[in-house]
Amino acid sequence: MNAAVGSPLLEVEDLRVRFTTPTLDLTAVDGVSFRIEAGEVFGLVGESGCGKTVTCRALIRLFGGSPPSAIGGAVRFAGRDLAALDDGAWSALRGSEISMIFQDPMTSLNPTMRVGTQIAEVLQRHRGLTAREARAAAIEMLASVGVSAAERRHLDYPHAFSGGMRQRVLIAIALACRPKLLIADEPTTALDVTVQDQILKLILTLRNDTGMSVLLVTHDIGVIAQTCDRVAVMYAGNIVESGTTAEVVKRPAHPYTRALLAALPAHTRRGDKLRPIDGEPPNLAAPPAGCRFHPRCSFAVSACREVVPPAIEVEAGHRCACLRAGEIG
Amino acid sequence: MKFVWFLLGRLLQLVPVLIGITAVAFLLLRVMPGDPATLMLGARGNAEDIAALTRQLGLDRPLLQQYVGFLGDVATGSFGLSIASRRAVGAELLDRLGPTLALVGLSTLIAVALTVPLALLSAVRRGRWADHAIKLVFIAAMSMPAFWLGLLLVLLLSIAVPVFPVSGYGDGFLGHLHHLVLPSLVIGLGTAALTIRALRSSIIGVLGADYIDTARAKGLPERSVLWRHVLRNSLMSSISILAVHTSWVIGGTVVVETVFGIPGLGHLLVSSIAARDYPVVQGLTVTFALLVVAINLLADVAYVAVDPRLTLS
Amino acid sequence: MSALGANWWKRGAGNRNLQVGLAMLAVLLLAGAIGPWLVRWDPIEIDFAVALQRPGAAHPFGTDELGRDVLARVLAATFVDLKVVAVCVVLPFFIGSLIGLASGYYGGWFDLALMRLVDILLAFPHYVLVIAIVGSLGPGIANLYLAFALVVWISFARIVRAEVLVARRAEYAQAARLLGYGHARVMLRHILPNVITPAIIFMMSDVVLTILAVTSLGFLGLGIQPPTPEWGLMIAEGRTFLQDAWWISVFPGLAIVYVGITFTVLGEGLDDFLRPKG
Repeated sequence: MNAAVGSPLLEVEDLRVRFTTPTLDLTAVDGVSFRIEAGEVFGLVGESGCGKTVTCRALIRLFGGSPPSAIGGAVRFAGRDLAALDDGAWSALRGSEISMIFQDPMTSLNPTMRVGTQIAEVLQRHRGLTAREARAAAIEMLASVGVSAAERRHLDYPHAFSGGMRQRVLIAIALACRPKLLIADEPTTALDVTVQDQILKLILTLRNDTGMSVLLVTHDIGVIAQTCDRVAVMYAGNIVESGTTAEVVKRPAHPYTRALLAALPAHTRRGDKLRPIDGEPPNLAAPPAGCRFHPRCSFAVSACREVVPPAIEVEAGHRCACLRAGEIG
Repeated sequence: MKFVWFLLGRLLQLVPVLIGITAVAFLLLRVMPGDPATLMLGARGNAEDIAALTRQLGLDRPLLQQYVGFLGDVATGSFGLSIASRRAVGAELLDRLGPTLALVGLSTLIAVALTVPLALLSAVRRGRWADHAIKLVFIAAMSMPAFWLGLLLVLLLSIAVPVFPVSGYGDGFLGHLHHLVLPSLVIGLGTAALTIRALRSSIIGVLGADYIDTARAKGLPERSVLWRHVLRNSLMSSISILAVHTSWVIGGTVVVETVFGIPGLGHLLVSSIAARDYPVVQGLTVTFALLVVAINLLADVAYVAVDPRLTLS
Repeated sequence: MSALGANWWKRGAGNRNLQVGLAMLAVLLLAGAIGPWLVRWDPIEIDFAVALQRPGAAHPFGTDELGRDVLARVLAATFVDLKVVAVCVVLPFFIGSLIGLASGYYGGWFDLALMRLVDILLAFPHYVLVIAIVGSLGPGIANLYLAFALVVWISFARIVRAEVLVARRAEYAQAARLLGYGHARVMLRHILPNVITPAIIFMMSDVVLTILAVTSLGFLGLGIQPPTPEWGLMIAEGRTFLQDAWWISVFPGLAIVYVGITFTVLGEGLDDFLRPKG
């Protein structure tokens, strides 16, 4: 279990991720801090391009072809400082203690490998199981994520599965070694609405069974409301509001959060118009001065253009980075 | 059982192509300026010889009838008699087939042995010096004429440092192998120059795929990711890349066999052209085409075996 | 050319491949044009007294078995080979592109028949066909041109046809047709400039393939005949003396490699220049 009772599973302090190319200098994540307790489902919500995916990837240092030029800040997992890990330690950590599932289930599975083998691979890597043992465990895993006839289906290739089923397979792969933390980057965005529901319920059930924590990243605040215990709202590389889901959804303190909620169909009364948020997310290579949301904010005053609002505690456990946090209600 | 049908289906599709091949080979001689018999006998023949040859080869019959006769010959595997050796062309071809197949086989092996690791290295270290160095070496290799490279290798590895024989085919399996090393190296290097670029592109494409992210997120060591996930998915393109270059490899045997004195089909082509032995030339063109077709068919079969997404329908 | 766009000078300036390729090409053309004048030896004159001399001050590339200066011969052969290669590339380029254009544009039975023909011809290794044709017709430059024209047009036709199939559906083509322009005009003035780029880029690789093929034919005695200096021929002549006078065969080969590298680099530069990515 955890290093010490009371200390959070994951502590992110002032995370900064910067990309520099000959033509571009972009800070995608600019001072993000949050913590995730053991067993909790933590949501990270924001528009596309706000930096939430980069945050996830920075947590497990997996950037594919275009790594950032600098990662600053501290990340502590179960008491360990992750910045100090070498390649071998990272490779041992990923898949066994921290797992991640990515956005598009249709392209996230190796098309030329049987599904069962892809699950067994993780078990063989981290738990040292033999091929036969791993295969049996893989079948069990497949069944536990809701794939019927797992003894037969584990021999199928990914193209034989629908989007929702593939996502289940990916969850099976991610959870095969019972990680302490699951990072799910937009796990339901590419799926049908009915399937979305099933996948979210599956994640919650697995959390209840195993006691793992989940970092759920999405642009849909409705998904957050449905599944998360606590939430952080992200905008243009910063966290603008955080707190328990119930609090943040019922009493949003930041104008951006309010706008996100107002844009939800469920939150509008009959007869009201749906109100999408005006304007575009800022260019992170040249963000606005002061509060980054001020150009699109209906509550902005002149101070907002000059001062970067600090995060203040609106209520116990509920923080907000807005100069007018207390006034809006 | 499904496989047999698949094969039959493929073969059936090939029939028009096969017929076309024979037509082209047939026309090759008949549409050349001048009368074929005269061309064949050249300065050696007088009017009587020419007439006799014309009758013998059936050149006085209508063109279509000649073609049908030719088709019949091809189907039974006979291409007439070689003017130079007086033997059945079919027999000559069969004699020479072995060395050429051995050369093509060994060349392909060398090409594959060079391509896979170097393409992988180039792709993984894309843009770094290893990538550039490999690229430069193979741009040069690709620009070298096979006959010149062959002579260069002979100079270095047969004359300066006598490791390999200068020419000939040798005796016995090991002897053959020993004699085939340099010629295969020539063809293999040239082929690798082309296939490395293509495979490198394919691997770069695969490296950017989402499922490679998943593989890494599983905590697999990078080497595992490369071998089990990247290469596996590039296998399909490897096969298709090799198949595309088959034509090149087979064409390469012509010059290489001549330079190294390998008694194969390529060498026969050159010597029979010099000797104006047209029945042999004709038989050879058909044979070469058949070889290319056969190898492409093999490649099709290999695709189906390798890619689980393709069915045998 | 509209395809080049407004900032073609800037694009060219950053393109190292293009610059190096053009520079190498310039050196090549210069060597072929004025090289023979600069070297004081006659490439054809025989002088047994200086036969088989090693490369040295007087003869930087040595002399061959007939006492001819190898450097002079290599330089003299430059335009011989380049001229033949030029025709053997440009002729199929024109023929193939026009056929591919018509085939892709009109479609129908013409296209179908053409594709069948291409399938059949593709079964023959290019080189085997060329040799067989040259072999049947006899050596000589005209036959060389004919053989290449008959065989290589296929590659260009396929490339252009594929592009035309895409371009045919593009808006500018539809618009032109709607305006009432005739087929020929739409094909030649609207579609052609946009589909010709891949064919031009392929021409560069084709030059490399062709120089190899032409010199191979020369090597086999089927191409350009002696005493005209030709690189392949020179390499063949040097073969007998490989052990004692390696320079006779080696230097002409280096010239061929130089041409190959030039056009490969040029081709890449041209590719980036004409089809900038991202």
